[in-house]
Amino acid sequence: MAVCRSTTAISLSRNPNFSTTNPKPSLSFLSPPCLKLPSILPSFKPLTSQSPPDQRLSIPRATAADSATPTTTSTTFFHGHCYVVGDNIDTDQIIPAEYLTLVPSKPDEYEKLGSYALIGLPATYKTRFIEANQTKTKYSIVIGGENFGCGSSREHAPVALGAAGVAAVVAESYARIFFRNSVATGEIYPLESEVRICEECKTGDLITIELMESKLINHTSGKEYKLKPIGDAGPVIEAGGIFAYARKTGMIPSQAP
Amino acid sequence: MASSTISPPSASFIVKKKELGRSAFSSSSSPSPFSVPKCNKSAAKKIVSAMAPQQAERMPATTGSVKTAMTLTEKIFARASEKPQLSPGDNVWVNVDTLMTHDISGPGSIGIFKREFGPDAKVWDREKVVIIPDHYIFTADKLANRNVDILRDFCNDQNIKYFYDIKDLGNFKANPDYKGVCHVALAQEGHCRPGEVLLGTDSHTCTAGAFGQFATGIGNTDAGFVLGTGKLLLKVPPTLKFIMDGEMPDYLLAKDLILQIIGEISVAGATYKSMEFAGTTVESLTMEERMTLCNMVIEAGGKNGVVPADSTTFKYLEDKTTIPYEPVYSDAQARFLTEYRFDITKLEPLVAKPHSPDNRALARECKDVKIDRVYIGSCTGGKTEDFMAVAKVFLASGKKVKVPTFLVPATRKVWMDLYTLPVPGSGGKTCSQIFEEAGCDTPASPTCGACMGGPRDTYARMNKAVVCVSTTNRNFPGRMGHKEGQVYLASPYTAAASALTGFVTDPREFLQ
Repeated sequence: MAVCRSTTAISLSRNPNFSTTNPKPSLSFLSPPCLKLPSILPSFKPLTSQSPPDQRLSIPRATAADSATPTTTSTTFFHGHCYVVGDNIDTDQIIPAEYLTLVPSKPDEYEKLGSYALIGLPATYKTRFIEANQTKTKYSIVIGGENFGCGSSREHAPVALGAAGVAAVVAESYARIFFRNSVATGEIYPLESEVRICEECKTGDLITIELMESKLINHTSGKEYKLKPIGDAGPVIEAGGIFAYARKTGMIPSQAP
Repeated sequence: MASSTISPPSASFIVKKKELGRSAFSSSSSPSPFSVPKCNKSAAKKIVSAMAPQQAERMPATTGSVKTAMTLTEKIFARASEKPQLSPGDNVWVNVDTLMTHDISGPGSIGIFKREFGPDAKVWDREKVVIIPDHYIFTADKLANRNVDILRDFCNDQNIKYFYDIKDLGNFKANPDYKGVCHVALAQEGHCRPGEVLLGTDSHTCTAGAFGQFATGIGNTDAGFVLGTGKLLLKVPPTLKFIMDGEMPDYLLAKDLILQIIGEISVAGATYKSMEFAGTTVESLTMEERMTLCNMVIEAGGKNGVVPADSTTFKYLEDKTTIPYEPVYSDAQARFLTEYRFDITKLEPLVAKPHSPDNRALARECKDVKIDRVYIGSCTGGKTEDFMAVAKVFLASGKKVKVPTFLVPATRKVWMDLYTLPVPGSGGKTCSQIFEEAGCDTPASPTCGACMGGPRDTYARMNKAVVCVSTTNRNFPGRMGHKEGQVYLASPYTAAASALTGFVTDPREFLQ
């Protein structure tokens, strides 16, 4: 997997286009009011007993490469080959139901889930997403059309993609629960394209995604595309999901001593 | 693949629409600050009436604190977040009344709960967590069996009040607590109540909207959070209103209504939105039919679906819950993103062709499609009334099925009903007798079954590339097992008629 990252300081206002009146999916998860969380969550039970941190970090996320120093780094770009799919890629195609017996919170089963990612795609997809006898994909970026991740609420879907080595999905639009699960788990960046790039990119093309500039560059075709800003969901994925983000920002107590 | 716009998926449909005078469909945009380009675009094409129609039922805000008009869903959010006023787009922390999980997502949710809150943490309320093993039950799959064990251990540790356990897989009746399919069991066991918030780790949790409550599907991580806190950050959705008027023809079922709507607005037409159902047709529907309607809002991408609670709802709840509930209703001046109107008297039996729930066609248009099997079951089409509908068609025809016909009751109660309730007009025969005479397979143990494929040894799973007419909810590639299998989604009437001919068949061939 070729995912390059660089580090910058975290900035919650990295997205100047962010606006609370603009109803786009990327705002659905977290928008400014939630940053004041501690004051509106007085009745939460204290998080007293925590499992050791290494248990959590053993699960790779979209930010796996930086997980050793998550508080000081920020993913700003992804670089790798892309795998291109069409519209309405549902969760049965991302991870067919027969593999849902695997429990994502168990590390060994997490890895197994990854090895089945996108195995439900029909035979019309000539190139396999994961080659036979492999557990990881060669494609760190998935490019899709509209309504990516529709269907069931199975969190196994973004988890399988993340576990397979996907860092980001770029689609025209997402089904609500898939988008939310992607952010909640921090497994993958669910990015939105402004145009229908799934018809202009081919599986295997070399892609760079610049997160800060909300830009996708296809080095194979030489074309550049604008992405919709990820907004406040970005820092949550960056942190490794809602729990990690909430701890990092002081919304909920950090590790018990 | 499904069309991404609201325009009909195929040119043939446009012709058909004109032929049949189904101009009954119209949509009008209500004044709204929300910009949803797709809806507005289509609304512009189809405006017939710009005025919001008079509604049958008008109830004042029950809380007395509402300052401006809100929809039913907005009011539930307001109450659950303890705010007097909310607008679509607001992100609020919502108090959860009930959290449901099952054997597929339960173990992962429990794993996250323990990881984040600690191995000894307790759930926020042992009486508000409902755990229902239902998906992969009657299988030799060791991991599937283990997952039910994980649920049991957790429920014992946490002293969870509502755990519908199964230990004896050989005979479901030997398990006094086992129910079956979660969404139907939730209703039958009194966990669905007007005005409340129900979250579940299953996308068809939206089924409970039939009770005038907010119900939606969430992932494991969110469920882990809810287990620990009883709250979740949710965004208030804008509401689409679907007004269905007219007496329901006796060859139609709620499944036809929802397939019509999904075909109209596409599989992403309601993404992030609430779908509210109203009109005289909806008012006439039974609770089970309302559940079918709300069950498939997720197939249009909807966040939730709601039917306002009324005397039908209250009657259903009479012997099911003692917990007080407070129904809420959309204000007269509530703002809906778009209103759609349907004259149901003009609707014909529908199917969704492979491989998308919005790939709508008339059943009679598909009469040359040869099928290999019929499947009756799931949260969508495995309720008592669904089987009654199938029995009605078999009874009317007096014939035998021409293809294998699999019957999977959703719950223990449904299973019992098949063996005890007399089918009207049959001279006292039960569904099970009629099914046996028609040559169907014996009703299986209640479970989600082959609706979502599942382990290879799942009863009625499509292990070969066969063509199936199914009363279930999804027909994505591979959904019921084999990737090259073809699933036609249909009402129980249409499924039964198709079983009798071996082709996709309009039920009017037998019901008229």
